Amino acid sequence: MARISASVYTSHIPAVGAALDLGKTAEPYWQPVFKGYDFSKQWLKEQKPDVIFLVYNDHANAFSLDIIPTFAIGTAPEFAVADEGWGPRPVPKVIGHPKLAGHIAQSVIQDDFDLTIVNKMDIDHGLTVPMSLMCGQPQAWPCPVIPFAVNVVQYPAPSGRRCYMLGKAIRKAIESYDEPLNVQIWGTGGMSHQLQGPRAGLINKEWDKVFLDRLIADPEGLSAMPHIDYVREAGSEGIELVMWLIARGAMNDVNGGKPPTVRHRFYHVPASNTAVGHLILENN
Amino acid sequence: MSLDKPYIDVPGTTIFDADMSRQGYHLNQFCMSLMKADNRARFKANERAYLDEWPMSEEQKKAVMARDLNRCIELGGNIYFLAKIGATDGKSFQQMAGSMTGMSEEEYRNMMVKGGRSIEGNRYTGEKK
Repeated sequence: MARISASVYTSHIPAVGAALDLGKTAEPYWQPVFKGYDFSKQWLKEQKPDVIFLVYNDHANAFSLDIIPTFAIGTAPEFAVADEGWGPRPVPKVIGHPKLAGHIAQSVIQDDFDLTIVNKMDIDHGLTVPMSLMCGQPQAWPCPVIPFAVNVVQYPAPSGRRCYMLGKAIRKAIESYDEPLNVQIWGTGGMSHQLQGPRAGLINKEWDKVFLDRLIADPEGLSAMPHIDYVREAGSEGIELVMWLIARGAMNDVNGGKPPTVRHRFYHVPASNTAVGHLILENN
Repeated sequence: MSLDKPYIDVPGTTIFDADMSRQGYHLNQFCMSLMKADNRARFKANERAYLDEWPMSEEQKKAVMARDLNRCIELGGNIYFLAKIGATDGKSFQQMAGSMTGMSEEEYRNMMVKGGRSIEGNRYTGEKK
């Protein structure tokens, strides 16, 4: 049977992708950001996941205001890299895993989470920046990826609680898949940041630190935090952090197993407008 | 019952909710069209003519031409959509975000390098700094 071996959490700042693509990673401004992922790149190589279930949000690239799905699962064989206005990032296309994605959709929908099934969509920096941070600049990504897009563009995003419970349902689905796949689940976005209005540039280090602590030790309690706390304390775009709870809800300890090992923790301010947060939790 | 909006007392912040989305539909869809290189070229060649192809309000068109992102947001624009205007102009997200704060590009960049805008005094409108 398939199993979830680990979860990865990371910000997905577009400027990080641009810094990589333009060869700026050695610049003093960017060096500390990328250094925070040195361990992670090595770790991922050793872990050799068969599939990555990647939770991210689309930033008005695959989905315009015509259709705004709260939860969308990518079931296509492959996904092209979106032109977000700068031209597409020079990164490999993403190979999907239609069979596992279809299995997850069938299971999770019957568990009362009404997913939107997407057979054609481009993926944006929300997905490709985490891949770049964790894999560097390969010719092809190391394994298939199932893109899972969460609406955080139009308020309200799904609640933290809903995301957390969804993570549990995704876990159940993956564990009932027949092939012995090593699956990782990633939650991306955040940390504190605000990109709009006179309050743009907001960073709340203390809040971010507590969020990371609670994500590790008290995910259940953290999942009860209302939207307004994210908005007020972590900035209007800090709400992306609800997506981390999907990955966290899929871990062993919150489903009757042992606590995870914290393999890596990293935090840095700033990357462009945003606080960079990153965690790796391994199941035991 | 009208929409519950617990976020209206967050200073310097507009939450893109259903009301804003309705108001900004065509503005945001115009922004979306700039994902195609051909459309970016046509927009750059004649902004007014390109905007006139969209059923946007005159205020929205003027705000776009003035690159007044705060005004665009007031009129229903969403930052992820508006970012495509900045991308078309060759601006970074930091330049776009900074342009809404009343700070110079350098001041904003320095603020971020020093750890960003503090949360203290920035939680509630009218709060003492």
